[in-house]
Amino acid sequence: MTTSVITETAAVNLAGVSKVYGQGRSAVQALDQVSLSTAPGEFVCIIGASGCGKSTLLSLVAGLDKPTSGDITVNGRVAFMFQEPGLFPWLSAGGNIELALRARKVPRSERRARTLELLDSVQLGGFAAKRPHELSGGMRQRVALARALAQDADVLLMDEPFGALDAMTRDVLHDELDRVRERVGKPLTILFVTHNVREAVRLGDRVVLLSSRPGRVIKEYPVPIERPRRIDSAPVAELAGTITDRLREEVSRHGK
Amino acid sequence: MASDTLAGLDALEFGVVPPQPDLRERTARGWAVVWPKLAAIALVWVIWELIHLTGWKKFVLPGPGVTLSNLWNQAQTGLLWHAIGITVLRALVGYAIALVIGTVVGLLVARIPPLRAAVGSLITGLQTLPSAAWIPFAIILFGLNNSAILFIIVMASAPAVANAVIAGVDNIPPLLLKSGKMIGLRGVGLTWHLIMPAALPAYMAGLKQAWAFTWHALLTAELLVLVAGEPSIGQLFAADQDQTDMPSTIAVMIVILILGILVDIFFSQANRRIRDRYGLSDAR
Repeated sequence: MTTSVITETAAVNLAGVSKVYGQGRSAVQALDQVSLSTAPGEFVCIIGASGCGKSTLLSLVAGLDKPTSGDITVNGRVAFMFQEPGLFPWLSAGGNIELALRARKVPRSERRARTLELLDSVQLGGFAAKRPHELSGGMRQRVALARALAQDADVLLMDEPFGALDAMTRDVLHDELDRVRERVGKPLTILFVTHNVREAVRLGDRVVLLSSRPGRVIKEYPVPIERPRRIDSAPVAELAGTITDRLREEVSRHGK
Repeated sequence: MASDTLAGLDALEFGVVPPQPDLRERTARGWAVVWPKLAAIALVWVIWELIHLTGWKKFVLPGPGVTLSNLWNQAQTGLLWHAIGITVLRALVGYAIALVIGTVVGLLVARIPPLRAAVGSLITGLQTLPSAAWIPFAIILFGLNNSAILFIIVMASAPAVANAVIAGVDNIPPLLLKSGKMIGLRGVGLTWHLIMPAALPAYMAGLKQAWAFTWHALLTAELLVLVAGEPSIGQLFAADQDQTDMPSTIAVMIVILILGILVDIFFSQANRRIRDRYGLSDAR
């Protein structure tokens, strides 16, 4: 009975989700009985070493792939941000966002203004006419974020979105993400996958640690640190240290 | 504070604007492109002249001077221009038909797996079939007329167009497809807004190849499918061959070469524009 209550109020609910790739001897179990529930508006970071099925997990929630067993419930619209921006190179920054609005059947008359609004929200108001290849990596990811927001999503999936950026840009984009979340005007649930423990603690309301091969939830860490946070502050570093120790323990298990 | 830092990072990204080249620099660049071509033409001329001077096959092989004055004389008559007009028109019409058919078939085959399994290799097979193989079929089916020639062109180049579409679709980065699906593109919208533009660079490269097929097939067809009352480049060839008129033959070959180069320039320009637009060109 409790499960159904959780399912109704949760933004995303995974119940005993497993995923096996391939069949027979060559089968690889990516996820094993993962259960995870997020409250609306919650920011959940998922960390783990290589081979923990982090990306698989997001693909399943996004509906790009089907779980082998288990149930996934998502309440609301889902948007996905990948490690690479995945912008369409034949469209300008504005055009990319406008296409997302168009796919959602936003009337033509509103699209233009809404596009500029979204670009403004990631501080790229003056760059609507630029093509993706003319922008820096960080700017492209911000366009990708604006495109994700254009979907008016309730759940935003982020797969190491800042992994390919330099440290300074990444720190600034963390602040940006906090700001965008406050401004979006409704509870935006975020599932954020990363292998950077500090980043997870800096951003998340909760950090979920997955084991490797197969991916299982080992432990969940609430992050009771007040916002605004800094990635180099003492409380962030301290909790990140604790989580890193547990992660290393898990990784070294595979070396034996 | 954070937003100031962000604005600063963005500004640094666009800090340096390379100066526009002035007239002298542009002239220098233009010359750097032109002189190797002029030198190549001069070299061919000299070699040709030398071969002529050795006296090898001297009764049938004319020198460059005789040939070019022959070309000049032909250019004064309406016949050459009329022939060029008809041949180019046939090429354009045949190519256009092949484009439409090849693109539609290519998209269907690329997007519908059973169709691909059924006819995918057939298309590649058709592409390797020499265009001359269609000539008897076309003449029996249509007779000695324009339809036969257009049919041969279409059979030769439509498979190349279809293959270009298939290759273009196959080479779309999976990330773009995932992005498109996530923003909610489906069906026709997905094809129109994502598949087609994403396949465009590979498609353009294939179109150039398809043009080569068109051109080859057309000249082969014109040599053998002689349509009464319609002078064409192929027909000029046939007449020159009958009269053992070597200077005229080489003159017409030069015309074909020039037309080929012009079309190649057109395709290179179109290709470059698309690659610039997609950010595929190297930074200059």
